[in-house]
Parts: sequence; C-alpha cells; structure tokens
Amino acid sequence: MHTLLNQVITQAGSIILGKEHPIRLAVACLLARGHLLIEDLPGVGKTTLAHVLASTLGLRFNRIQFTSDLLPADILGVAVYERESGEFRFHPGPIFAQLILADEVNRATPKTQSALLEAMEEHQVTSEGETRPLPDPFFVIATQNPANQIGTFPLPESQLDRFLMRIELGYPDAQAERALLAGRDRRDMLTELRPVMTPEQLVQAQAQVRAITVSPALLDYVQALLEYSRHSPHFLTGLSPRAGLALLAGARAWAMLHGRDYVVPEDVQAVLPHVVGHRLQQVQAEGARGNAAVAAWFDEVAVP
Amino acid sequence: MTLPRHGRLWLLAALTAALLPQLLRLPPWFIPYCVALLGWRLAIDLRDWPLPPRWLRVLLTLVGIGGVLAGYRTLFGADAGLALLTVMLGLKLLELRSLRDAMVVIFMGYFVVAGGFLVDQSIYVGVYLLVNVLLLTAALIALSHPAGPQHPFYLRRAGLLLLQALPITVLLFVLFPRLSEPLWGVPKTSSSASTGISDHMTLNNISELVDSEEVAFRVRFDGPVPPASQLYWRGPVLWVTDGRRWDPVSRDLPPRWQMLPGRYDSLDDPVRYALTLEAHNAHWIFPLDLPASVPNGMALTADFQLLSKRKVIARQRYELASHTRYVTGPLADEMYRLGLRLPTAANPRTRALAAQWAHLPAQAIVDSAINHFRDQPFWYSRRPPPLGDHPVDDFLFTTRRGFCEHYAAAFVTLMRAAGVPARVVTGYQGGEVNPVSDYLIVRQSDAHAWAEVWLDSDGWVRVDPTAAIPPHRVEATTDAQRFRSTDAATLNIDLDWAQRALAELRYRWDAVNDAWNQWILGYNHQRQKELLEQLGLLRFGWQGVIALLAGAIAAVLGAVTIYLLLRMRGRHDALVRIYQRYCDKLARIGLRRAPHEGPRDFARRVAAQRPDLADSSDEIITLYIDLRYGKGDAATSLPLLRAAVSRFHPGVRRASD
Repeated sequence: MHTLLNQVITQAGSIILGKEHPIRLAVACLLARGHLLIEDLPGVGKTTLAHVLASTLGLRFNRIQFTSDLLPADILGVAVYERESGEFRFHPGPIFAQLILADEVNRATPKTQSALLEAMEEHQVTSEGETRPLPDPFFVIATQNPANQIGTFPLPESQLDRFLMRIELGYPDAQAERALLAGRDRRDMLTELRPVMTPEQLVQAQAQVRAITVSPALLDYVQALLEYSRHSPHFLTGLSPRAGLALLAGARAWAMLHGRDYVVPEDVQAVLPHVVGHRLQQVQAEGARGNAAVAAWFDEVAVP
Repeated sequence: MTLPRHGRLWLLAALTAALLPQLLRLPPWFIPYCVALLGWRLAIDLRDWPLPPRWLRVLLTLVGIGGVLAGYRTLFGADAGLALLTVMLGLKLLELRSLRDAMVVIFMGYFVVAGGFLVDQSIYVGVYLLVNVLLLTAALIALSHPAGPQHPFYLRRAGLLLLQALPITVLLFVLFPRLSEPLWGVPKTSSSASTGISDHMTLNNISELVDSEEVAFRVRFDGPVPPASQLYWRGPVLWVTDGRRWDPVSRDLPPRWQMLPGRYDSLDDPVRYALTLEAHNAHWIFPLDLPASVPNGMALTADFQLLSKRKVIARQRYELASHTRYVTGPLADEMYRLGLRLPTAANPRTRALAAQWAHLPAQAIVDSAINHFRDQPFWYSRRPPPLGDHPVDDFLFTTRRGFCEHYAAAFVTLMRAAGVPARVVTGYQGGEVNPVSDYLIVRQSDAHAWAEVWLDSDGWVRVDPTAAIPPHRVEATTDAQRFRSTDAATLNIDLDWAQRALAELRYRWDAVNDAWNQWILGYNHQRQKELLEQLGLLRFGWQGVIALLAGAIAAVLGAVTIYLLLRMRGRHDALVRIYQRYCDKLARIGLRRAPHEGPRDFARRVAAQRPDLADSSDEIITLYIDLRYGKGDAATSLPLLRAAVSRFHPGVRRASD
C-alpha cells in the first residue's frame, strides 16, 4: 500500500512540478478522511492538483465554481416535477461525486457555504425531507484566494475548523518553473493519466490509517501541544478537541505515507503547521502570518 | 508588548478598590481630581481616548504635589505620604503603556493597600485589605495572560496563589522578630480617636459619654471575674474644685509629691488580667483599683493613677495586675491639706449641714452622709434639672436628682466640710461579661464617678455614694446601665427572643473583634517572647529565631521544589533516562538536542554533523523509537538499547576518520 501511495505522489509530481510536499500533504489529508483548503494566488496549480488527484486515484470528479449568486440547490440538487410520471424526481447536484473541487469558496454567500460545509461534515445530503448518502470516498478540495477580498464572504473560524488542513502551494522554484515552461501542455498530460489506485483501494488505505499505532508518549506530546495552544499568550483562543483529533489523524496518515505503522513526533510536527494554521489566531497584529509563523510558536513545546 | 484590554480594565478596577479608602481620607478637593484621573483612564480603555500629552501630565503632577503641600504643609509622614502616593498612582495610570508600567502600578498598589493598615487596623480594614490583595493579584494574572478574558480563572488563580503564600505568611508573622519599641514612631494621624473620659468634671453639664455604647476597653482575667462590687476601673483623680468644676492636681505646676509613686500594702493576692484599651487620645490606663505593678512605659502617680508616657492613640494591650484589698500608707501633709480644701464662698448650706457632723469620728461622718442620701428622697436621674450658683446646695436641698457625678461631688464636698480628707475618682464601673468568650466588655456608658475618703485606720477608702440610692428611686431610663446589669437576670425574662438573638449576635461579633485584637494586633514583642519561650525557641536567642525563620522558609520552598521535581521525575521511566543519557553524551561534544526536536530529526542532524556516528546513533534511535512510539517489546529491546547507549562514545573519533 505504501508503494502504491508513493506511485500516486510520483505521478502527481510529474505534472505539478516541484511541489512534492504539498502533494504529500494533500494525499495525507485524503487518507485521513479530512477535507483540504488550498489558499493561494490564481494560476499556481490548485485546480490542476485536484484534477491530477482525481485522475490518479480514479475518482469521480466534479468542479463547482463558487459565485455570489450560487444557491444551495445548485450544489446539493433539486427535485423537479416530471410530467410523464406525474411526480417530483430528485436531480442530484454536483456534490454527488467522490472528489469535489469547490473553487473560490469564499465568493459564495454564507448560506451556500454552509450547505457545502454541512455536507462535508455529515457525508450526506438532506433535501426535500429525504437523506441521501454521499459516495465513499468523499473528498473536498476548496480553494480560496487570499488577495481580492472585496465582495467575498471569508469563512468564519467555526467553518474553517471543518477543513483538516490548509495548505499553500506557492510559486515553483526556478528549476521547476523552467521545466514547466519548456515542457508539454499540462492539459494534454492530464488526459493521458491512468489511475494508479482504485477507489476501493483508497478506502482500504483510509481504514489502515486508522489502525496506525499511537503510543502513550505520543499522546502526551499531542496533549502538550493542545495545552500549550490554550495557555500560550500568543493565541487568542486555544485548539479545539476536534483540532486535536485532526492533528492525530493527519500524523497517522503522514506516518503511513512514510511506510511506518506507528507515529513519531516528527509526523506530528510535519502536519502541525497545516492543521493548526487556520485554526489559531495570533494575538499580535503585526509580524509574520501564515502557517509557518503559527507553527513556529509550537517549538516552545518540548518533545516528551 | 501592548497590554491586553481586559488586563488594563482589571488593573483599573483593582486600583480603584485600593484607592477608595484613601480617597475618603484625603481632603475633599482630591476626590474630583482622582476621579478625573481614573475616569480618563477608563475612557482610554473603553473609548480609545489618547493618553494625555506630556505638558498636561506635567501640569497635573504639579497640581497634585501642590495640593498635597497645601493640605498637609509637608510631603512626609503617614498622611501626606499616602496622599502623595495616591496622587502619583493616579497619574501613573495616564502614562500606562508597557507591561513594565503596569507592574510598577500594581506594586505601588500593594504598597498603598498596606499603607492603609497603618492608619486603621480594624477587622473591616483587614478584610478589605485581603480583598484588595486578591484583586491586585488577579489583575497581575490578567495582565500576563493576554489570551481572552477569563475573569473567574484570574480570581481562582489569584486565590490559589494567596493560599500558597499562606504558610510563609504565617511563619513570618509568628517568627519575624518584633521590636519592643518601634524603630521609627508611627506618625500621629488625623483619625486618632478622641472619645473617652475627660480630665475634669463640671456639675450641670450633661456628659456626652453616658449614652455611648462604644467599647472603652476589654478585659480578660487570668482567673475568675471578680464580683461586680469590686470592678472599679480607676481613671483621673480630681482634687481641686471651685464649687462647680473639679480638676486633677495641676500638671503644669507639679507639687513635689506628685512625682512620688503611690505606695500601699496589699491584703490579697493580685488579680492578673490583660486589658485591651481602645484609643482615647489621653494618658490614662484604666486599671482595676489599685494597680499592683507598673509596666514599662508607664508611671503610677501618688493618687494611684496609672499613666502611659505616650498618649494612647491606637488600640493597645496591657498585661496588668491589681490588688482589690489594700491599706494605703501615711498621708503627706500637702495631700492632707489638698484633701480638705474647699472654696470659702460656695455652697454655704452644705457646709452648715456638714458642720453638724464635725464632732463625730470619721467613719461615722461617712455613714451619716450615706444615710442622708438613702433616707432623704434622692433620686438617680440621667437627665437632672439644672443647678444654680451653688450647685451642691441646689442638688442637696432643692432638686435632689442627679447621677454619679452629682453624688460624688456632693459627698466629697460634705466630707471636706466636715473635716475628712476626700477626693473624687472617675473611671468606669462594672462591665458586661461576654458569655461567648468569657471576657469583660467595658463601654463608655459604664463611665462612673465615686469618692475616696481618708480614714486614719485604713488610709484611702472607696465610697460610692451613688450606690446608696435604692433601686426604686432610679428613674427609668434605658441608659441606667449599671442597674440594668445587676438586674440582668430578672430583665432577661422580659426580653423577647429577637432581642436575645441580637444580644447574642452582638456578643459573638465582639468576641471576633476581641480575638482579632488579642491575636493579630496584640501580638507584640512581649507576647512573641512569651510564645517563643513556651515553644523553647528562645534558647538560642533572637539570632536563633532568625536562623530558624530562614531555615523554615527554605524548608517550605525546598519541599515544594522537591515535590515538583519528583512529580516530573515520576513520569520519566527507564527508557527516557537511557535516551537522556544518549542526548547528554552528544551534548558534551556540542550536539545539543533542542527541546522540540524529535528523535528522528536529531539523529539526522547527528549523522550530518558526525558521519562516523551515523550507524551507532541510528541503531539507538531505531530501538528507541520502536520502544517509545512503536510496538517494541521492552523485555527484549530495552537491554539492547541500554547496551547500545553504553557503547556509544561520541567523544572518541575512530581511527579510520
């Protein structure tokens, strides 16, 4: 399974050049059964990443472009009256897919945002009094643009908490950029991708992640981190218990990606910036922001 | 670092509470000044007002200092010093920027709170002081806890801190050497009490004291409380009269004999007691008739007044002893003459009455006068009719109504006119026993005046003419305390339960006050010495006590430290110790593991810096991680790890390098 997952990462890396670390994080997030928020400027490959993952894992893929006039029904689906049968029939919305790309999620109204986020949390959609399960695996990649905040509805903290990780892609380095410029058209390459894993294998991998050993010593460490966030003078509020579970799930997935059946503190440290970055607010208004800046404070916590 | 808003508000609240009692004591114009300062601060915190500009702060400072100078004519001393501190504290609030400023303000706040205790040491002030300390400590916590306001948490944590400080507080209170004389005199403050018995007596004046239920002093006897007939508490002794007003022997022109201490022969064992006197701004201590010993700092006059060398301006506790049965020694000629002196023009009818008895022996003259009061229709009244130019004549032959002062003055006038030396003694009589804690409370309403006559056989003998009035001739007034206390048993039946409950409550509260006085305020040099002697701690002198104090505090702190260390160590099992040994060995060659560095990261760094150690280090780390984070079996792997770490010698470079 470990080799299979590494093949996924290698294949994705052949299209999105120089971004192995974000790809790994994205796969870890998927394995941990969480959802991913990508916050970055346009054109750095957010959409491509979603496409590549869908193709490589053989997942049914839908993309929803969020706009201010998007309604919940546009995502979830709507019941339409059919004259032949004389009754209402439910037309499932684009959310009924295994991998959703919710593009520019902060452009939609809070009502529409919460329709998506509820579906993410519950893994089901309730419409017209009927509850319909979403497919399994179900993975949402939402993107948002940190610039151009005019006319957007920034996600409140409680909604941000539902994303297991938030990552940034960033510009490629000079070497990768060169290869990108000199290489073939990425869209052509996308169409040629062959799945490396089946969805069933992915579900199996997700089950294995949950079985990865976490020792008491490691739980001590996770607890120390949570405790620190709650008493540190650098943050307005501490991490929630859900954040603690997310941290542990992410660390387990990270350990599995690295071929281990137990978690070491380094796994926690690797996913920590992306798990806590969007959940904590720093007290100090000025100074460095972003995942790395938030995570840097946690260097004060000793590994037990 | 900027201050969190909730921290600043806590600071303001705690400081306002600390300054409040000071504000009430300051000259009134300070109140708007300080309220303005505090108000501006509140506006800064709530409405984001700017801090005042520098020129305004300087102006306000000058106004404040000028105000203190104008009010007190000095910047020193307890009152002026506290006022200045209050002003400065208010001003400091207007330049509160950094955490350091806030700390300064809080520590000054502690100082102001403690300073308040210099002025007033009542139990209320003590409780308020504790609340203030709690608030200030909570503010300190709020300031250093920038994440989110959590008010109950601050208070809880502050309370916990105070509780933790309690053992050391108690140690310091009990053991820290107390000085027998203060190093510097506590300066006299404006709030000193001025109530108490006055040093003279004028007939026709209605004493303001008679209705006051204020406590004059409390007495705790070593043995049983003596019978009420012996409870005469001796105050000023009055000799000189113009017929209306009675005065003590003038202190401005002291006759020689006044310097002599009074002498007498005792006929019984002394009664020992501790007397806690409220401040009354005069020199008298009120011992039981007659004082047996003269404690340090006091003097006994020839007429047995016990005087403190300093005015009693604060509540004081005295250990005293008295003899209730005594024979005083021979009378000096000057005293004899003074005891007979009467103004020649005043009270002619009184003189005429006394002249009829002049041929009798002295004891018979005393009996005649007492019988006169008993047999003629004399009444006891707290509100007697006014008296004319010859007050004693008017009282004896016209009004026949009066209270203790009238009877004492009339009796002494009669005695002197009949040729028996006599004098008026004022003080207190009786007192009520607090059943809760078994001590005697003497109130201002127990103030009394009685007489002493000189008999050749017995010396000075106390005669209380007021006691000659039979109870049925006492005008019913609620203030007839003395008669009420003797008839307490019969009166109690008429009191309904609410009144009894109230009385019970009053006794209990007085007992609390008494305990506070005895054990907190009254714990002085003398009592400390006694306690330490009882505990056998004074064997090594005061140096020994100080050493013991230092040792005890070190022991408390040491015990806490050891407890915390042990608790931390308890979590460290063998595996952690072995890993620690590995890290220590690397630290010795300069490869120090950062606290947040995981084992894999550390091993990678070690391998990068010292490729020769890579293999042995990896072996150790693999075993360690497997044991600590993986599913390693301690029984098999732990000895392997221990051996690997023992073999690990990073200080020695292999020859092959």
